[in-house]
Amino acid sequence: MKKKRRTMLYIPGNNPAMLQQGGVYGADSLLLDLEDAVAINQKDAARILVRNILKEIDFYDAEICVRVNHIDTPFGMKDLEEIVPLQPDAIRFPKTETPEELGRLIEIIEHIEDKHGLPHDKMTLHVMIETALGVQNVFDIAKLSKRVDAITIGGQDLTADMNITNNRDGSGIDLARKMIVMAAKANKIDAIDTVFVDINDDEGLRKEAEYSKNIGFTGKAVINPRQIDIIHEVYQPTQEEIRKAYKIIRAFKKNKEAGIGVFSVDGKMVDAPVMARAAYVLELAEIDFDSI
Amino acid sequence: MKNTIGREVPVNIEGFGKTDMFIGAWEKLKKGWMDEITIPPPNKAKMPHQCKSCMDLEQAITRTSPKNGMTVSFHHHLRNGDNILVKTIEILANMGIKDITLAASSLNQSHDSLLKYLKDGTITKIWTSGLRGILGKEISKGILDKPVIIHSHGGRVRAIHTGKILVDLVIIAASAADEEGNATGSHGKSAFGSLGYAMIDAQYAKQVIVVTDNIVDFPCIPISISQNFVDYVVKVESIGDASQIATGTTRITKSPLDLRIAKLAANVIEHSGFFVPGFSFQVGAGGASLAVAKFIREKMTQQKLKGSFLLGGVTSYIVDMLEEGLFKTVFDVQSFDAAVSTSILNNKNHIEIPAGLYANPFNCGCLTNKLDVVVLGALEIDTNFNVNVITGSDGTIRGASGGHSDTASGANLTVVVCPSFRGRVAIVKKTIHTVVTPGETIDVLVTERGICVNPNKPELEERLIKTGLNIKKIEELQKEVESIVGVEKEIEFTDKIVGVVEYRDGTIIDVIRQVKP
Repeated sequence: MKKKRRTMLYIPGNNPAMLQQGGVYGADSLLLDLEDAVAINQKDAARILVRNILKEIDFYDAEICVRVNHIDTPFGMKDLEEIVPLQPDAIRFPKTETPEELGRLIEIIEHIEDKHGLPHDKMTLHVMIETALGVQNVFDIAKLSKRVDAITIGGQDLTADMNITNNRDGSGIDLARKMIVMAAKANKIDAIDTVFVDINDDEGLRKEAEYSKNIGFTGKAVINPRQIDIIHEVYQPTQEEIRKAYKIIRAFKKNKEAGIGVFSVDGKMVDAPVMARAAYVLELAEIDFDSI
Repeated sequence: MKNTIGREVPVNIEGFGKTDMFIGAWEKLKKGWMDEITIPPPNKAKMPHQCKSCMDLEQAITRTSPKNGMTVSFHHHLRNGDNILVKTIEILANMGIKDITLAASSLNQSHDSLLKYLKDGTITKIWTSGLRGILGKEISKGILDKPVIIHSHGGRVRAIHTGKILVDLVIIAASAADEEGNATGSHGKSAFGSLGYAMIDAQYAKQVIVVTDNIVDFPCIPISISQNFVDYVVKVESIGDASQIATGTTRITKSPLDLRIAKLAANVIEHSGFFVPGFSFQVGAGGASLAVAKFIREKMTQQKLKGSFLLGGVTSYIVDMLEEGLFKTVFDVQSFDAAVSTSILNNKNHIEIPAGLYANPFNCGCLTNKLDVVVLGALEIDTNFNVNVITGSDGTIRGASGGHSDTASGANLTVVVCPSFRGRVAIVKKTIHTVVTPGETIDVLVTERGICVNPNKPELEERLIKTGLNIKKIEELQKEVESIVGVEKEIEFTDKIVGVVEYRDGTIIDVIRQVKP
């Protein structure tokens, strides 16, 4: 079963207490951050700390992703040289604007992997879109490599790039959100929404997460562990949705055995997209497809 | 000599005497009575219409004829705002009284300035359920010749009944009192709520002084302390720092780690078999412990489940649960914030109780014995589930026994909530500095890294495993913690015993040794 990515918890790479506890909150993914959460004069310390933490700490079932600095900064290359050999589940690449720069990144990563005798198909890439140019190029970025398995939107930087001063209702980046989801889904990969910055506004977070889910995001980045459960609740299918999905899959299996391709459940025709949606609901509910 | 949980306790302790060794949590109760003889309350009389009012605290104390070697007792309901304890000792010291035994229900930072009286021989012995701040540090260094005796809240009542603590004088601070000494903590500018711990002292002390900053017309209602026990009444300007006494409403922690632990603990409780209509419940006043109440409250509301009673130290959060109808009654031995006082005063289902009814093991039914679920904290816990709530990672005294062992002994389900480590210091360890609560009374440990069930509860473990919770062996958790924080350097102690930890039945469960300077 594909791993869920409902929540991705940002952890500053220079905070040992938060890093060592990262795995205990139940987030689907952990983002160990070497980029914006770390001050310039802390970059080296963060890199060393994250490197050591990756070797030592058990993060239980969480997917581990490291956000490196951009390769055009003085820190990007050093980050890759230290982190790539450790092969976390994924590398998150910030401020991606063109397929060409992503290609350059992949070349560097694969060069490091070759140097260490590592395969090219284990560690995946999460690409962050944080500028208007990146949004315009997102489809080409998403389809560039099979290693890219998630596209994420960086709301804060994108808002700044677009000179939007008030983004309280999210309308300014709404088009970008939808373009990113579309590009990701067109390439059959995940789309991850940006963070909700007010950590004390549970209801605001819930509303935004519901909106993210409704427009097709796979999950949402979080900046505080307290936000995790709320998002998981939003992504948790209802009993009714699970029941419906279960019925569809059961009917599909039964009809398949009888050699019937098209059938209906509760008077509604079931086709491939309906099947796919039902399978996704069961996946979110952690019900094994084969057990039905 | 080692007691039954393997703690090295001398047969004779200098400044304390012969020790009665801990033999198991319930062994002494099985008989149905205590081996020790109980003492009668003092024999007193007053003439009709005799005036009890005194000009000031000094005059009242003088009238009690204080003498060297006396025992003076206090209650700790004023928390960190208490002015009266230190003031009383100051007066006694100025009168030249020496060799006082201080028997406070607990001591905290507001009593830091007592230090000089420990140094000059005014106070030579201490009984308390808790010791924090400078006093804890200095006593750990060995400034008293006699060890401090740490008791539980229930154990303190037993110690007074048996005359182990023979109180010559008790000072009871009240936020309202009348001229006869009827007193309460439930109203007035310094309202602090329940007077539960002081009630036993009022009955057994040879002399009782009620101190208040709020004399009201006779009779002062509710009568928490009754006039028939009170010798003198004193009006003072202030009984303490109101901002520290009445601290508004208690808020649930925002710490993600505490909330995570609390949520897991609530899941454990939900699936334990004890989360049923009519269940009774107690939580601590802060951190992860109180946060468990938040999640239990949500589950009760969702499942439309109603409980029986809430017990113990009471916060406004607990009062909210009472007012929402989630529980029928609150039994309150100690209140933690301002909102609680109003509830005691106005809600007939919010009942102020004495410490004996709360937790004394030697009577016909303390309320902790009727408890279904209790959630407790820990400074350390070992792989036998023994819990330390009195000494810190540096070996110094900085905590409180309180009702920890009382509730753990009585409850059907005792859940300890704590992080598996704090900073670089392990909480879950092979061996701990001091045992206050024996592991046989702890059922489940809930940490952020896993839930451990006491092997003496295999059915509970099986039940919880079925729910998909992250259950692991405590030894496994301890090793995991050690792999993260490493093995700490052992603290070196001298042979001098600075503290004796009494279990609630009066046996000695552990001793605290002086940290090597």
